[in-house]
Amino acid sequence: MIAFVIRRLLQAVLVMMAVGFVGFSLFAYVGDPVAIMLGQDFTEESRRQLVHELGLDQPFFVQYVHFLLNAAQGNFGISYRLARPVSELLLERMPATLELSLCAAAIALAVGVPMGVYTGLKRDTWLSRLLLTVSLVGVSLPTFLIGILLILVFSVVLGWLPSFGRGTTVAVGWWTTGFLTESGVRALILPSITLALFQMTLIMRLVRSEMLEVLRTDYIKFARARGLSDRAINFGHALKNTLVPVITITGLQLGGIIAFAIVTETVFQWPGMGFLFIQSVSAADIPVMAAYLVLIAFFFVLINLVVDLLYYAVDPRLRVDRTAAGGHGH
Amino acid sequence: MDANGTKLLEVRNLRVEFPSRRGTLVAVDDVSFDIAPGEVLGVVGESGAGKSMTGAAIIGLLEPPGRIAGGEILLDGQRIDNLPYEKMRRVRGRQIGAIFQDPLTALNPLYTIGRQLVETIVTHLDMGERAARDRAIQLLQDVGIPAAERRIDHYPHQFSGGMRQRVVIALALSANPRLIVADEPTTALDVSIQAQIITLIKRLCREHGTAVMLVTHDMGVIAETADRVAVMYAGRIAEIGPVRDVVRRARHPYTEGLMGSIPKIGETVGRLTQIDGAMPRLDAIPRGCAFNPRCARAFGRCRIDRPDPMDVDGARVACWLYGEGR
Ligand SMILES: Nc1ncnc2c1ncn2[C@@H]1O[C@H](COP(=O)(O)OP(=O)(O)O)[C@@H](O)[C@H]1O
Ligand code: SF4
Ligand SMILES: [Mg+2]
Repeated sequence: MIAFVIRRLLQAVLVMMAVGFVGFSLFAYVGDPVAIMLGQDFTEESRRQLVHELGLDQPFFVQYVHFLLNAAQGNFGISYRLARPVSELLLERMPATLELSLCAAAIALAVGVPMGVYTGLKRDTWLSRLLLTVSLVGVSLPTFLIGILLILVFSVVLGWLPSFGRGTTVAVGWWTTGFLTESGVRALILPSITLALFQMTLIMRLVRSEMLEVLRTDYIKFARARGLSDRAINFGHALKNTLVPVITITGLQLGGIIAFAIVTETVFQWPGMGFLFIQSVSAADIPVMAAYLVLIAFFFVLINLVVDLLYYAVDPRLRVDRTAAGGHGH
Repeated sequence: MDANGTKLLEVRNLRVEFPSRRGTLVAVDDVSFDIAPGEVLGVVGESGAGKSMTGAAIIGLLEPPGRIAGGEILLDGQRIDNLPYEKMRRVRGRQIGAIFQDPLTALNPLYTIGRQLVETIVTHLDMGERAARDRAIQLLQDVGIPAAERRIDHYPHQFSGGMRQRVVIALALSANPRLIVADEPTTALDVSIQAQIITLIKRLCREHGTAVMLVTHDMGVIAETADRVAVMYAGRIAEIGPVRDVVRRARHPYTEGLMGSIPKIGETVGRLTQIDGAMPRLDAIPRGCAFNPRCARAFGRCRIDRPDPMDVDGARVACWLYGEGR
């Protein structure tokens, strides 16, 4: 168990170093920070001084290590556009993105899993067919279009829900939450549905195909031969066996949701990291872009790690303990 | 049938069909046999003969599109082939247990064997969890799992194939059913432990008075274990009778061929591969006797009329050699 965790942690560090390299390359090769920061009037002396301050006269490798060390401490430099520390900017916007992503993931799971189970068990009902057809549409419609349609219907035509922003938020320490005010919750609804829709259909289709697969296995047939009730078979035996892949995919999707939030945040002008990123791209604000990339990668790696541990909790085959394995043989 | 003529299971003119795009395939055709309480009926025949389909029809678990298209199945004189799903579910496990071929896949990998035993027991018997667990430990001891009190909390992957088949047997017996359908219970196992498992099934069923429908490829096992034998060919019964008759003086030419494949003393495995040619596919069953293209003794009538099983001193044989007007 400990060896397993250590191995996964080492892998995670390696991945983060690779991502750090990409982020760093952005710094080094895209745009010219010196030119951007100096503006129009500068002397050769002030330019050289800035180059030195930024460490740009150091060898490539030294610069990379510097970048990594700084990044590890959450220090990504100063935003060119807003002239504030990047870490501060991201931290401010992180709660918005994470609350939106978690809501979306919760919706995707809470709706996707039951729909998947239903369509897997009752394959030939018209409702199953309808859900499958609609889910195809859900997968193929682009997120921004869904967002705009939802805004059109629920904000413009019906006027039920706000079309942009987070509503009123409440500060809890450094975290700002929209869960505690009515306007905050109302503001969450449309964007989280928009963000959830794609993952929801994905989860539904995944659960369905896993259910179909599991229902064909010998141990399900044997469970029937033992006379267990349908309920015990479908929900006790079959569903639990579909959980391993569902956990993996959902976990990976959570990373995807955080990353995909860019589009949703832009459509709903949601004050999160994704929206910040888009604004930074149009302003060529490299430090923010690099930091965002590294942060998103960090989320992915972290989530992967948690997924692996969950796996471990669900599937006893991965927890082979030595004493029991010794009991093999006749 | 035992001495009093009581029957536990009666299969009457069973017909199992698979509707397919190219017409209806008949996997089991007009099959009739009985099993008496506590009796072991061996069922043999080449792969594809319809043995598993017959077994699946009896426990009511034919996989769609397969379906019972004719005949009836009676347990204790009550029809079970047309029971509603929920009623049949209560028969499965409680009245009729099943042992599957591959113990490596028959157990749910995510639950301990104890949990699987206990859920089966409380489903069928009026018992609390605690009592069911005690019964589960007892069952594991009965099937020869050492240190059952400890092993009950282990997962299937922590057992070897032979041990897992013992667990499967414990599961099949957990509600004390009257009949066990064992479909090639040793085929997937290591040769060295096949005999142990067969001996175990035989001993337990004798102790509990459980009847067994034992499907196997192994004529040696049949000779040692079964009270009576049914030989199946292309979905039909070729010959059925007391084991001594069928093994020692087989009357159907197909059975004779099979017996030719019985290993001599000292050998252990016998596979049914000794007859030239292959069993016909379901969509190409020849007219007359299905065995006629492979039969050395076939004659005119064999190619025209299909023989039904007829009484031939104590056994029933589907062969025109024993028909009238021969
Ligand atoms: N799903 C299916 N569709 C069509 N035919 C099938 C299907 N399953 C089995 N069969 C056919 O039914 C026949 C009997 O099979 P089975 O009872 O499994 O034979 P065995 O005697 O080897 O156990 C075989 O010829 C097989 O090809
Ligand atoms: S009926 Fe004819 S073909 Fe069939 S087994 Fe008997 S002799 Fe052979
Ligand atoms: Mg079979």
